[in-house]
Amino acid sequence: MDLKFLDFEQSIAELEAKIEELRHVGFDNDINISEEIAKLEEKSRKLTESVFSKLSAWQISQLSRHPQRPYTLDYVELMLEDFHELHGDRGFADDPAIVAGMGRLDDRPVMVIGHQKGRDTKEKIYRNFGMPRPEGYRKALRLMRMAERFRLPILCFIDTPGAYPGIGAEERGQSEAIARNLFEMSRLKVPVICTVIGEGGSGGALAIGVGDRLLMLEYSTYSVISPEGCASILWKSADKAELAAEAMGITSDRLESLELVDEILSEPLGGAHRNRHQTADNLRAAINRHLEELVRLPLPTLLERRYERLMSYGVYEDTAA
Amino acid sequence: MAEGEDEDPGVFTVSWFHKKVLSKIRTEALTKSTVPEGLWCKCPACNSILYKAEVERNLEVCPKCSHHMRIHGRKRIHAFLDVEPGTRQEIGETLAPLDPLKFKDSKKYKDRLTQAQKQTSEKDALVVVKGLLRGRPVVVAAFNFEFMAGSMGSVVGERFVRGANICLEQQMPLICFSASGGARMQESLLSLFQMAKTSAALAKLADVGIPFISVMTDPTMGGVSASLAMLGDINIAEPGALIGFAGPRVIEQTVREKLPEGFQRSEFLLEHGAIDMIVDRREMRDRIACLLDMLMHHRDDEPHSGVSRRKNLTVSSSSD
Repeated sequence: MDLKFLDFEQSIAELEAKIEELRHVGFDNDINISEEIAKLEEKSRKLTESVFSKLSAWQISQLSRHPQRPYTLDYVELMLEDFHELHGDRGFADDPAIVAGMGRLDDRPVMVIGHQKGRDTKEKIYRNFGMPRPEGYRKALRLMRMAERFRLPILCFIDTPGAYPGIGAEERGQSEAIARNLFEMSRLKVPVICTVIGEGGSGGALAIGVGDRLLMLEYSTYSVISPEGCASILWKSADKAELAAEAMGITSDRLESLELVDEILSEPLGGAHRNRHQTADNLRAAINRHLEELVRLPLPTLLERRYERLMSYGVYEDTAA
Repeated sequence: MAEGEDEDPGVFTVSWFHKKVLSKIRTEALTKSTVPEGLWCKCPACNSILYKAEVERNLEVCPKCSHHMRIHGRKRIHAFLDVEPGTRQEIGETLAPLDPLKFKDSKKYKDRLTQAQKQTSEKDALVVVKGLLRGRPVVVAAFNFEFMAGSMGSVVGERFVRGANICLEQQMPLICFSASGGARMQESLLSLFQMAKTSAALAKLADVGIPFISVMTDPTMGGVSASLAMLGDINIAEPGALIGFAGPRVIEQTVREKLPEGFQRSEFLLEHGAIDMIVDRREMRDRIACLLDMLMHHRDDEPHSGVSRRKNLTVSSSSD
């Protein structure tokens, strides 16, 4: 797969193109230019390091939506064995924008639930761009309850622009579906680890995002509304998304400083898509570490801590205190 | 958020008013200069010219067409609870919003807050009061749409949870009147997480069988609709309220088709099974009191329930 570069990576893209060209020249002419290539590769690495050392919130937002970014099913493939996808909400339909199923993570059976985006146009439409309808959230809830019955820890992978704003979705109770998940997830009797792997878009993300741990990949984002949506409301123009992304503090480091995130998982240089194996290995290690801690907690402690954590959200002043 | 409902009611009628009304009545006494501002208002639904004091007495419901206009949270609570002095206690009134992100768009969040606080005389968009409903101790929460579109930030979430906690400790029902555009963007993820926080508090009430009655009023959208508002043991809506997850404009832009007539209105939600009933504001107090009597019967019958009102109600309702 050819690497795709974003706008702000153009200088890196040019250098990489040059390296690629040189490789072809060397191959054809039998001249030894490997030294030259190595030099350029080093230069490209340094350039990437420098570009990636000062990314703006908007650039990170673009990375979180990178067309080659690993999606839920990619991590499932890289991290789990014996995965069986489970379908349907038993009431209306199966929503391909949310995938779920059981598998083994280093031998431990787990329930995985995640948003799923599509890679090519056809699949993007099939997956509805990762925007779930109520039946997607209801499928998720059905399987979370099943996980609870069979004592399987739940791993949620968050990657959505948001819940789908459509006529049918409203008719079938999008609000209720999201609300119900928040309500039930707060008291699920198994450990729940949520990881933002790409875009954490608003209520549509949170609806599978209540748990005992919140992890974020380094270049993922999590926000109350998309930067474009925020810009069009507060700046009256979607073109100001860059400003909105900055103002809302949607990046993992800003959210960690607000104490909303438990751990940031660093990504390979250039982003998760540059080395998905390494990303998946990091993710697996982190999830295992947190799971080890959580499965050892007595159930009342687990639930109490989850509740306390939920109650701790919020920054306000109490003039009586 | 709905548009076009915020015109100054003092301005619009002048020409019509002069022609049709003032010419027929005592013109010499009622010239424009002697009409105190805001004495009259227009019903946004039927366009009738209404005497404001009468509309207020009618709980901001149009006496002509029964259109439910927006009403301040505090006014609503005042009308909803029993009036006996000394029976009310506000919850979380000492909480005030902060600006942890130093958020600034065309205006600073701090300035928006100050402006909203001045305009409404409230510190934030939710008022929570413990009081009596026909003698039964309850906690009532009500949103102020006027305060930054009733958006839910940290203070709204915390006040709601404190109200729910009182219900939990003192075993009394919780009632919430929502009117909100959704989560407060200026508090970013903190406000998104208020959805989880308030929903978790409601799960605690459900665990021990304390009723939560959710009343959705115009408008109940976004993060408030997708959390506390849809989680009532009984979901009630006022007539004609706009209730939904995504705003109609966003949906129209996404699906590129015209939205069906009455889409996302209370009647539409009732038809699609999202709410239990539509209740007129003027009957809200009686209907909810009646529902709570049934939902709370097992607690009221307990010797230590502290509610001695059950008998009283039977007596007073039979004498009504």
